[in-house]
Parts: sequence; structure tokens; C-alpha cells
Amino acid sequence: MRGDVVIAGIGHTAFGKLPGRSPTSMNVEAVRNALADARVEKEAVDAVFVKYPTSGHVPMYGQVVAEALGVQPRIGGVWDQGGATNISMLSFAAMAIAHGQCDVAVVTTADNPRTGTRQAYERAWGDDAVFGWFGTPAGYAMIARRHMEEFGTTHEHLGEIAVAARRHGAANPDAQLRSAITLEDFARSRPVVDPFCRDDCCLISDGAAAIVVMSKERARQLGVPAPVPVLGFGQGQTSWEVAQRPTLTETAAAVSARTAFAMAGVRPEDVDVAQLYDCFTITVLMTLEDYGFCTKGQGGPFVAGGTLQLGGGLPVNTSGGLLSETGMPGMQLVLEGVRQMRGTSANQVAGARTCVVSNQGGIMHTHSTLVLGQE
Amino acid sequence: MLPRPEVTPLTEPYWSGLAAGELRFQRCHACGNAWLPARDQCPRCLSGSRTWEVASGGGRIISWVVYRQAVHEAFAERVPYNVAIVELDEGPRLITNVDAPEEDLAIELPVRLRIDEDDGVFLPRFTLAGRR
Repeated sequence: MRGDVVIAGIGHTAFGKLPGRSPTSMNVEAVRNALADARVEKEAVDAVFVKYPTSGHVPMYGQVVAEALGVQPRIGGVWDQGGATNISMLSFAAMAIAHGQCDVAVVTTADNPRTGTRQAYERAWGDDAVFGWFGTPAGYAMIARRHMEEFGTTHEHLGEIAVAARRHGAANPDAQLRSAITLEDFARSRPVVDPFCRDDCCLISDGAAAIVVMSKERARQLGVPAPVPVLGFGQGQTSWEVAQRPTLTETAAAVSARTAFAMAGVRPEDVDVAQLYDCFTITVLMTLEDYGFCTKGQGGPFVAGGTLQLGGGLPVNTSGGLLSETGMPGMQLVLEGVRQMRGTSANQVAGARTCVVSNQGGIMHTHSTLVLGQE
Repeated sequence: MLPRPEVTPLTEPYWSGLAAGELRFQRCHACGNAWLPARDQCPRCLSGSRTWEVASGGGRIISWVVYRQAVHEAFAERVPYNVAIVELDEGPRLITNVDAPEEDLAIELPVRLRIDEDDGVFLPRFTLAGRR
């Protein structure tokens, strides 16, 4: 089914502080914008896939959003793989379309941890709270430390990832944080949990983003102006908590990418631009390794010298990613992948024909991969 | 006050063991697998037949972090403090603290169990092996 399904439209809300906006209201706005982008009437939609809002669980939230959209779906609901959810839902929508279970799907995500509660990101890890073991950043810091000591990765290597994201975000008018930084700025940013400082960590953001998915054939019938073909997708997961994980420095990204790259018929060297989930700097570095852009342990030397910046060997997170555009978990990366394939990014990579997008959730528990191409 | 562990019938032998000066872990009667934290079934063979064993107290550091800011008020006076993953010689891994200056910490360093009473809770902590 390589290329049989397309992303027909993309939409989002403003990013940052959106006081008074519920996730449901933001979902509706993002879907409205995505349908307008696809030039598709709401009446065509017969599938609604919704990422649960991390900050506040609502039972049967898929029905809540579908009701607010006034859509009676043939298929849909809420999916929970943390930050891997959005590409996974896109994959399930594509498979449902390919098998006649639905015709036009919207995939949408919204949350308001910035003006609402960020409790979900600072929670205790069960009884281990007694040791002071709290929060998402520390879980990733534990992995980063192991990677640094095992392979010689430095904090400056991680800084390359933040510097690239912040440069790209500064040029993106929709980005929440529009200030470029240097490696020196990065080294001086406030320590949070060693080895991480503030600029290793993603933003906390309110906002929503959505896509419209349909078959290539249906997009032609409906006159969709700029469909972007889905060439491949894959997923991978580890179930072990960080403390129990046999290997901290290899992730399910490898399995996920193998599946997606095989489906798409592409190799890492065919990829012109990548949108890699950057909840923390280390995530990008390890995803580059696990995807095969370099060998395991060589992520540090690979990113050194501006490789990930526009004009470098592999531009990454050209809209600013979670570190600079918005901390929303993942859908903004899919949107930017679509823009790169359409040629409409604020940081357009000249002649880009293949884009890979990664989503990742938990403490590197869940992973999903998307390969986008051109008509 | 430190956050209290939630003692359940499943975890009670673990916490009462610490109060008695022992770090206990679970071992499967069917396949010999050993693990922490407590579970009803062996995650390798799914057998529910298991027992508690006492750890020898040796282990090594898998990784570690240092909190520069407190997430919970109980740790506001304790920053900076470390949290480490330690693998026991018998195989199970646990979250813990290592009582050592941060410049001395490194992955794979051997450590030795020291059960501390802290704020009324008995906790399995570690020191660098061969030092006090």
C-alpha cells in the first residue's frame, strides 16, 4: 500500500499559552483548519482518531471530539501510546482506509498542559518517589548519562540538536519560542537534572494539530490541491520501565524504522529531511542511530558541526520541533513533514523528495515512524 | 516528609524485609528468573509460583542522574541529590541513591548495599564498594 494513502490536509491552532481553551475546542479548530487546507467538506469525514489529552483523562474522549465535530464515525476512538500516538493513529487510519473500513479520516490531537496542569510530566514513579525519582526529564537523563559514558557522547553534542531546532524555530512565524541560541548559550542554560539543562528539554505548550487522511484515488476525486503520499510507516515498543530495561541505549526506534523503511522502499541515505521527536535532545541523537543514519554510539560525532541545520547534511526539525515550535507531542512534526514535501516550509530544504518523521512516547517506550514522499 | 511507599500485600515482604535489615527480591520457582519490583507472576514464564530471596548486597551502577531542582517539596532541602539504577549481583535492578560525591559516580562501578532509616522509612541505598 506504499503511496496508496495520502495526507490531504493539515491544520493547527496557535501554539503556546491559550488560556480558557479546552482540548475539545482546540481539536475542533485544528480539524476545521485541516479540512479547509484539504478543501474537503466535513460531511465527507467518516473516521475520527483522537489522541487522549495527557493533562486530563476524559473517558470515551473520541466520542466527545466526534460530537463536537458533529461527525458520526464509522471507525475511530482514542489511542494511547504517549508521544508515539499520532503517527500510530495515522497508520491505523491508513490501514482502515486500505481495507474499506472508512473513507476519509481525521487524526487530531490537543492538550493544554501550559495553562492547565503539567502534573502528568512531573509525576512520581510509584514507590520509587521515596528516593526522589520524579518526572519525565529524569528518565531521559538516565538514558543520556548511560549513552554519554558508554560512547563518549558529550553535552555539547546534545547542544547541536538544540541549536539546530532553535535556529529553525526562530525562522518559523508560528513557533512558540523564536530565539536562536549558540552552543555557549546552551552550556549556560539552567541545570535541571544532570546531564540535562533547560535547553535540553522541550517546551510545555497548549495547542492542537490535525490531519486529513484518505486514499490517493479519493483525493483525486475530491480535487484535493496538495496531497502528500504516505510511503511507509512502522511501530515498535519496549514494555520495560527505564530501571528494568536490559539495554538503555538502544530503542524500539530501530524496529519501527526497519518496518517503515522496508514498506517505503527507502534507505537512510535516500532521506532528504527528517522531523525527529525531540522531547529531549538525547531522543534525536539516539533516533538518528537507531534509524541507521549513523552507527550506534556515533550520534555525537554525526550531529557535530551543524549537520542538522538547514544547509547541513541532514536538516532535522525544520519547524523547530518540540524544543522550539511547540511542545505538543508529535503531530506538529507530521505537519512539517507535509510542508517539506509540498515545498512550503519556512525552512524549506531545496529539492527535498523524501522526509522521515518519528514520534516517540513514554521514556522511549513507544515509537512510530512515518515516511512521506511526493506525487 | 518523604513520600511514603504504598505497602500492599504484594510488596509487604519487601518493606518488612528492609526493616529487618534485608533487601529481598523475588525468584520464580518454575524458571529461576529473579526480579524486582514485586509482581504476582514471573514476567519471563508467567508462573505464579515464586519466593522471596535475600540479596547478597553487591551490585553495580547502570546509570545515574543528579537533580539540580526539586520536583517534590520533600526534596527541596536535599538538592543536589542523585538517583541511580543499580543492578544487584543476582540480576534484579532497582532505583536507589548512592551515597557518594557526584564526581566519583560512573556507570559500571561496583556498589555495596547499606540500608538506611530515613524519615521513618527503611530504604535500600548503596555506597561505592571498598569505600565508606
